[in-house]
Amino acid sequence: MSEVIVITSGKGGVGKTTTTANVGTGLAQLNKKVVLIDTDIGLRNLDVVMGLENRIVYNLVDVVEGNCRIKQALIKDKKYPNLFLLPSAQTRDKTSVNPEQMKKLVDELKEEYDYILLDCPAGIEQGFKNAIAGADRAIIVTTPEVSAIRDADRIIGLLEANDIKDTKLIVNRLRMDMVKRGDMMSIEDVQEILAIDLIGAVPDDEQIVIATNQGEPLVGSNSLAGQAYMNICHRIMGEDIPLLDLEGKNGVWTKFKGLFKKN
Amino acid sequence: MGFMDFFKKKNSGDVAKDRLKLLLISDRADCSPDVMENIKNDIIQVISKYMEIDSDGLDIQITQTESEGTNGSVPALFANIPIKDLKHTGK
Repeated sequence: MSEVIVITSGKGGVGKTTTTANVGTGLAQLNKKVVLIDTDIGLRNLDVVMGLENRIVYNLVDVVEGNCRIKQALIKDKKYPNLFLLPSAQTRDKTSVNPEQMKKLVDELKEEYDYILLDCPAGIEQGFKNAIAGADRAIIVTTPEVSAIRDADRIIGLLEANDIKDTKLIVNRLRMDMVKRGDMMSIEDVQEILAIDLIGAVPDDEQIVIATNQGEPLVGSNSLAGQAYMNICHRIMGEDIPLLDLEGKNGVWTKFKGLFKKN
Repeated sequence: MGFMDFFKKKNSGDVAKDRLKLLLISDRADCSPDVMENIKNDIIQVISKYMEIDSDGLDIQITQTESEGTNGSVPALFANIPIKDLKHTGK
C-alpha cells in the first residue's frame, strides 16, 4: 500500500526540507521505495540538501507541462537505488502548477512507490495548496518557539478544512539544556498547545549542519538526531517505538568521548 | 519548588506557553484577545451570581469537535470553571 505524506510547517526555516531528506532516506534504508518531491517552485532546496544538485535535467514543472516523462525527471539517490527525487523548478513560480495537476502526478507515482513525501513550501498560499492536494497524511514540523507554533496551529486548521485527518507532529531543534532550566517549551508543552499526536522529537544537533553541508542526510547514523529521524521512520511505518531519551547522550561519557573525537 | 524560587522571575518557557495559549484561542476563534477577555469577564460575572468561582483558574478555549448532525468538525467553546463554593442563595 502506498502513502502520500506532506511535510509542512507554515513558518519557514523550521526544518521541513531537512526532515523530508532524512525521513525519505531513512525509509529507503528500511527498504521502502521512496520518492521525494520538492514542491517549492522558485526556491528549490531539497536537491542541495540531498547532494543531488548536479544531476538535475528535468523538474516538476517539466513533468506537469508534459515536456518529459516522470521517469526522466526522477533522480536516483547516490547511495540508495530505491530512493528518488523529483526536483522543483528554480526559474518558475508557484502558479506554474495547480492542485489538480499535483494530484494527478502523485496518483501516478503511487502505483510504483511505497512512500511519496512532499516537501511543502512555507506559507499558506498556492504552493501550500499544491503540496497538500494529493496528500493522505501530513507531518507538521515545528520548533519550540512561539512564532513556529502559532503558524503550525494555523496549518493544522487548514489541513482539517481540507480533509486531511491524519496529522502528526515533529518537534524540531529541541535544546534539552534550555528545556531543563525552563527557558524553552518542552515537547509536552508544545503537544499540549497544539493538541495533535507526536510522531517524533529531534534535538538541535550540530551534526545536522555538518550533514547538510556535505549533502548527505544523517538518518541512521550514530548521532542523536540521526537516531531520532530513524525512529520517526519506524513510526511512519506503524511501529510503536518509545521516544528517544534526548538527554542521555549528553552525559559525562559523551563529553569525555568528545574530547578524543575532535580533530 | 525551593524557597528562593518565590523571588525568581517566571521561566521564559512558561511565559511563552501562556502567551501562546491565549493567542491561539483568539486565532482559532478569529476574534481579538480583547473580545476573548470580555467573554471571560462576562462568564465570571454571570456564574458568580449563583456560585463562588475561582476566577484565576478559569480557562476558556475554542476547539474543534466533531459535530453530531452535520459532517466535519465545528468550533466549540469550552469553559473550565473551578467552583470554590456553591451558594444556595438562588432559591
